[in-house]
Amino acid sequence: MAERTAVVGIGQTKYSAVRGDVSLPGLLREATFRALDDAQMTLADIDAIVIGKAPDFFEGIMVPEYSLVEALGAVGKPVFRVHTAGSVSGSTAIVATGLIESGVHERVLTIGWEMQSCSEAMWALSVTMPFQQQLVAGAGGYFAPYIRQYIARSGAPDDTGVLVALKDRQNALKNPYAHLHEHDISYESVKESLMLWDPIRYSETCPSSDGAIAMVLTNEVGGDAAAAEGRAPAWVHGTSFRSEPAMAAGRDQVSPQAGRDCAADVFRQAGITNPREQVDVVEMYVPFSWYEPMWLENLGFAEEGTGWQLTHDGVTAMDGDLPVNCSGGVLSTNPIGASGMIRFGEAALQVRGMAGEHQIDGARTAVGHAYGGAAQFYAMWVVGAGKP
Amino acid sequence: MRDVAIIATAQTKHVRAATALNEVEMIQPVIQDVIERSGVDRHGFDFTCSGSSDYLAGQPFSFVMTLDAVAAWPPISESHVEMDGAWALYEAWVKIQTGHADTALVYSYGKSSPGDLPRVLSRMLDPYYEAPLWLTSIDVGALQARAMIDAGLTSEAAMADIAHRSRTAAGVNNPHAQLTSSAEPSALLAEEYLADPLRRHDCAPVTDGGVAVVLAAGDRARELCDRPAWIRGIDHRADGHHLNFRDLTTSPSTTLAASRAGVADRPVEIAELHACFTHQEPILRTALGLGDDVEVNPSGGPLAANPMMAAGLLRLVEVADRIHTGEVSRGVAHATGGHALQHNLVAVLEGEG
Repeated sequence: MAERTAVVGIGQTKYSAVRGDVSLPGLLREATFRALDDAQMTLADIDAIVIGKAPDFFEGIMVPEYSLVEALGAVGKPVFRVHTAGSVSGSTAIVATGLIESGVHERVLTIGWEMQSCSEAMWALSVTMPFQQQLVAGAGGYFAPYIRQYIARSGAPDDTGVLVALKDRQNALKNPYAHLHEHDISYESVKESLMLWDPIRYSETCPSSDGAIAMVLTNEVGGDAAAAEGRAPAWVHGTSFRSEPAMAAGRDQVSPQAGRDCAADVFRQAGITNPREQVDVVEMYVPFSWYEPMWLENLGFAEEGTGWQLTHDGVTAMDGDLPVNCSGGVLSTNPIGASGMIRFGEAALQVRGMAGEHQIDGARTAVGHAYGGAAQFYAMWVVGAGKP
Repeated sequence: MRDVAIIATAQTKHVRAATALNEVEMIQPVIQDVIERSGVDRHGFDFTCSGSSDYLAGQPFSFVMTLDAVAAWPPISESHVEMDGAWALYEAWVKIQTGHADTALVYSYGKSSPGDLPRVLSRMLDPYYEAPLWLTSIDVGALQARAMIDAGLTSEAAMADIAHRSRTAAGVNNPHAQLTSSAEPSALLAEEYLADPLRRHDCAPVTDGGVAVVLAAGDRARELCDRPAWIRGIDHRADGHHLNFRDLTTSPSTTLAASRAGVADRPVEIAELHACFTHQEPILRTALGLGDDVEVNPSGGPLAANPMMAAGLLRLVEVADRIHTGEVSRGVAHATGGHALQHNLVAVLEGEG
């Protein structure tokens, strides 16, 4: 019970709007073999595979992992499919961690993926169901009113979102896997981009991407072995997921209770009492720019109503004292079913010292965060350079 | 490993079409029922996990609405699998093994009635080579049945006997079943083929329904339940997907899972098998190494009620119910996913002692 879990391999595809150069199995294998190479393993070393992705309608394949079994070397192995809305591949990484923690398996491959070019995801999220509230305008249309409410409550300056988008897209230039590499982006270009769902502009919203991320998780023996060979593992210090209903009396959609509870739970496990001081770098799920200040408050990095100040003061920039989304984040890359695990994986890369140009020097404690549904599903983990 | 048991179960009356109910309305009374039976406070579960299918619901993220059927306010630790509820139970079992939970609520459900189920299930096939053929689940089943007959491992007469036995048993033993009677095998064999060599009686019905269970660990289970159904072993394995690469007359993944779950460690009294076609029962009997003395599907099995995404978890429930009553002390439950028994889970349940 409660085996220590180490991340010893991480592999990502190049993300882009259309990965027409690979088949679906090819896309997953690109990420998988990079993760295995990183872990110095082969498919034969893997005990079990845990896969997450967003709705099957996005590709038009029902439980697609079944037709991927041969391509992933999974014949005769446990194959597991998680599906928990936008937080899905964060949840997937947590389910995979559970297989190690519990002692059920020793080496687990976990994959998050999406091939959004197969369909129009925004409208796939907005189908009309009998007797149900209609979403009409995709995720941006759903979240815009809560962002406006956040601005009204906090008095945040109206260019806060512009600053977040500019930072994340500039960070993405340091990440070779990122979907968007906008070399000419500027404060003005973001501010002048088309208003889609007031106050969310075109340049403040996530792209639609194809891509996959894979991670190899091992128990303490595997983590120690990697470390002994000079391949730094990331140690899992805590995992948590929380869910709340889409509609409940008293529910606050600006700073949902489930998000607060999830953060409190994962920080308690990791022994973190002051996240702002004790966390070195954060990968947060920010699909619309304004969610950076909103989540900074929700997760306990800032007092209520003050998250925007961290953005304006440059605290969340790469040279700030709490860098957020050094990878470019969801604003630069969004294969929905992979986006959560990309946050988790990028956090792990930081504490392994393997984030390349977007590495934060000396990062020892990092947070990965994902959310989904009507801001009602949360998945988080804390990873560290040292053992828990 | 920690001792974990099924301590309470509940299920719907399974029907051809629960037309007047949506998924939330269908599963909510079952969840209410299992919570009351368990004796756990509705806000006292350490973990909740469910299984369902967007393709059946015709809606992306369909499980989000179903969260309204559980008391998720204040927020709960919760997860969902796009697989049969047997795998939701597996995830909950793993969660309890990590020490992060001592109790778990597990549920799953499916309404197959709104669509053409065999055609919907054709979308599970490989998208490049097989899905464009629109092979239905019954077409794939027929290929497997033909392979079984050609190999001399079953016959149309033996298959009719299995259908007759299952539905007759449901009539005697299972108040929740959808089909509870059968014509005599000779009459069944006079019917036309649905997909040669399968006739209608060889196929599980199209069913709407759901199921819920409560898991608890160790002393908590003993405190909540007089005779917990202990999960002594549980494992799941996948076979390949592409039909041309598989020997459809065998189920190697079931054999592997059974070995890891310890099926052969002690004698088995009953087995509840997720066989959606008559010809799959002998495949699974062989794969699990069950002797002729093992009673298979006393509930009638999927041939008597086949709520998609719940029919696998129902197999565990049917064994657990018989352990709770003391009728049985050791049984095997099997759940499957994919076409032609591609993905298989095997659990061994035992009473105390």
